[in-house]
Amino acid sequence: MACPPAAHPSPERQPSVKVILASADVQRVVDRIAHQILEKTQGAADTVLLGIPTRGAPLARRLAARISTFEDVDVPVGVLDITLYRDDLRRHATRAVGPTQLPPGGIDGKRVVLVDDVLFSGRTVRAALDALNDVGRPASVQLAVLVDRGHRELPIRADYVGKNIPTALAESVKVTLVETDGADEVRLCGGTR
Amino acid sequence: MTAYLIKNVSVVGGAPTDLLIRDGVVAETGRGLDAPDAAVVDGSGLVALPGLVDLHTHLREPGREDAETVESGSRAAALGGYTAVCAMANTSPVADTAGVVEQVWRLGRQAGLVDVQPIGAVTVGLAGERLAELGAMADSPARVRIFSDDGHCVADPKLMRRALEYVKAFDGIIAQHAEEPRLTEGAQMHEGEVSTRLGLTGWPAVAEEAIIARDVLLAEHVGSRLHVCHVSTAGSVEVLRQAKARGVRVTAEVTPHHLLLTDEVVAGRGALASPGLGVDWSPTASYDPVFKVNPPLRTGTDVAALRAALAEGVIDVVATDHAPHAVEDKECEWAYARPGMLGLETALSIALDVLGPRWDLIADRMSRTPARIAGLDGHGLDPAPGVPANLTLVDPAARRVVEPAELASRSRNTPYARMTLPGRIVATFLRGEPTVLDGKAVK
Amino acid sequence: MIRHLLSGGDLDAGTATEILDTAAEMATVAGREVKKLPALRGRTVVNLFYEDSTRTRISFEAAAKRLSADVINFSAKGSSVTKGESLKDTALTLQAMGADAVVVRHPASGAPHRLANWLDGSVVNAGDGTHEHPTQALLDAYTMRARLGRLAGLHVAIVGDVLHSRVARSNVLLLSTLGAKVTLVGPPTLIPVDWAARAGVGSAATDADPGTDVCYDLDAVLPGVDVVMMLRVQRERMNDSYFPSAREYARRYGLDGPRLRRLPEHAIVMHPGPMNRGMEITPEVADSPRSTIVEQVANGVSVRMAVLYLLLGGNNR
Repeated sequence: MACPPAAHPSPERQPSVKVILASADVQRVVDRIAHQILEKTQGAADTVLLGIPTRGAPLARRLAARISTFEDVDVPVGVLDITLYRDDLRRHATRAVGPTQLPPGGIDGKRVVLVDDVLFSGRTVRAALDALNDVGRPASVQLAVLVDRGHRELPIRADYVGKNIPTALAESVKVTLVETDGADEVRLCGGTR
Repeated sequence: MTAYLIKNVSVVGGAPTDLLIRDGVVAETGRGLDAPDAAVVDGSGLVALPGLVDLHTHLREPGREDAETVESGSRAAALGGYTAVCAMANTSPVADTAGVVEQVWRLGRQAGLVDVQPIGAVTVGLAGERLAELGAMADSPARVRIFSDDGHCVADPKLMRRALEYVKAFDGIIAQHAEEPRLTEGAQMHEGEVSTRLGLTGWPAVAEEAIIARDVLLAEHVGSRLHVCHVSTAGSVEVLRQAKARGVRVTAEVTPHHLLLTDEVVAGRGALASPGLGVDWSPTASYDPVFKVNPPLRTGTDVAALRAALAEGVIDVVATDHAPHAVEDKECEWAYARPGMLGLETALSIALDVLGPRWDLIADRMSRTPARIAGLDGHGLDPAPGVPANLTLVDPAARRVVEPAELASRSRNTPYARMTLPGRIVATFLRGEPTVLDGKAVK
Repeated sequence: MIRHLLSGGDLDAGTATEILDTAAEMATVAGREVKKLPALRGRTVVNLFYEDSTRTRISFEAAAKRLSADVINFSAKGSSVTKGESLKDTALTLQAMGADAVVVRHPASGAPHRLANWLDGSVVNAGDGTHEHPTQALLDAYTMRARLGRLAGLHVAIVGDVLHSRVARSNVLLLSTLGAKVTLVGPPTLIPVDWAARAGVGSAATDADPGTDVCYDLDAVLPGVDVVMMLRVQRERMNDSYFPSAREYARRYGLDGPRLRRLPEHAIVMHPGPMNRGMEITPEVADSPRSTIVEQVANGVSVRMAVLYLLLGGNNR
């Protein structure tokens, strides 16, 4: 997933890099998802946001912060590491296990909104649903993603989508966030554009 | 009987000359010899040594013919340049009677590849309790002169004293396996940094040194000859040096493996204590029982002291302690493996590494002195007119990679696998008959 | 990524820390309703035990099962081992059965290393002779870190039969890798001679091994340590003249109430178990709140889960 920085336009025949969402766009999209969550959950009552590492975790915190700004509601936030539930563990060298942090009130009987940066094959979400099943019994589960790039391999869809980006399989979508990478941006890399 | 004319060979490192071998003896020497009936062997670049003599060989027959037989061990010896080997007594049954030593002696004659000189046990069943019938073995056709409980130490000081005294009657010699048994209970390897790290019970150097110190004092007291088997520590060298300075009649041997390998190999590290060898060699695994031997491989300091002592003459002899073991006795846990290594087919290479190209020293440490200690007439004599033609031809320039499967021994437990060693035995003659020609066994 | 865990020395600081961090995540599973993770589904772990050690075997079994691995227990009793099958033949059998990992406990030092030559799968040393027991060292380090918050800079006294202790060997290697200082304490007969010579008894640590020194006086060491790890002393050693009597041993090297009070307030007491109460440790000390003996058992499962996951959780060939 090597993706050269967009600031330096690549010469001809190099893999192309296109900025899909700039910093301000990312802010706007997060705000919109926060509004949608409030709307669809009747004010985020009994709702818990669980970010999927790596970038789902800061996104979940941002959503919670925006919800709190808009409606003065404190939505519990947690992190759900799905490493041990992945279906591709044997295709790679052993992956490091990250922390799972559930909010103090737990998730039993709550509406859990899983948060991730990119929705692609759906396998990560499948792993997250399995992980969720082992840590508690939520009343319902929803999914919020910054980008949906298509190419689903499982019957999974998002409840909240920041931006739909039609992509070719050869392309990659790279999300960077201030918290993890120093800047907010979504780029589309590779392919023949 | 075919005559052989060896052309342009260096006798013990001297200027090239010709050797004519006829009727079992060296018939003539000198440049430009001509003998139309003789088979000609090109000796250019080769060195002729008196046939090597091993004071310490385990031939395993009778009892463990799956590991080695007198015949297979004799062939390995011939390929290693030997014309005589002394067969250790720890067979099954133990060579503690005239009957067993005579059997081994006859098997050696039948094989006809080297002279097999049986060593008799000092004590019945190697049990260290009462003397075996040493005189009967000495008087048998096997004419036993060396007695040893090798593998076991004659630990009881009174018994050791009696043995040293008793064999004087027939000019015998006791070859002691110096190991204080109470200090080596359960011992698995040299006691030191590596044994601590590997959690293997240590075999302390002092267990060898204490027995050698005791035995040289006993030998001095009763005026007997003592031979010390497989000396392995720097401390033992010092004990021997002092004893020899006092005039004690003690001789000592060192094995090739104690001249080259250190205890680090047990931990799976490449650690050859030779300036010239082993740069590209390292063991393939840790705890590999192919490196288990008794006495154990010691430290680099010990190896350096042994190499110096051999050159100096404090240690008199290189003896192989050739100890074949069946695969199942080595392909197992370290603690359950039997101790011992093959040595006959590689000994000269390691002597070359230590002493080469000082051919006179090599002839001394590997042929003349061991033949004298064992009382083997006709062996250990430099090729000269009238001398029995027991000799071997060495190509010092050759290099070879040791492949266990290519060895003539029935067993494969060589510690030198994949190592590149200097020198190659081209031919060996036993009383004028070739046992090895072109580097291959004749029969 | 390492393929086998044979020695505490196999781990560099990064890998060791990764195991401890992973173990911390694995520990949260113990508190859940569903104490199971799917990470090793379809993998086969064989517990190959040539010595009775129910606690270690159960700990590995629980760890493997919590990760959804299939577990086969193969004990020397009641198997072909007692009929004299060689370790190599056993290895070939396990290989044919598709073992992905073999956890081996064996009375001969180095047996796991031999096994690793004959198997394609991973080998975990669960204690070999008087050599090592690396997962015990990992769970000890985990326990220290959990109780004291760090490992770097800690001063750990390991007390007792160091000579025959696989726990001590693994701990010395691992703790020095992780920056702790170790003092070995015991009668000189039970300290390996070269460690005593190298470290310089009673003096500061040397260049040869900056992390380890040796002291024969337990009382002199106690006021300055963060951790006291008591080793099991077998009474049989007494019959082999390592020390004159159990009573004398307990008096000189046993941890009792008065000695416990000489420790700094934050210091903890560890024991790998099983304990000889009244020999190396008194019941008062063993049951005190500063003793971590029960925690160590619980942490053992988490640490072994982490080890099995790191060895088998990916494609590390």
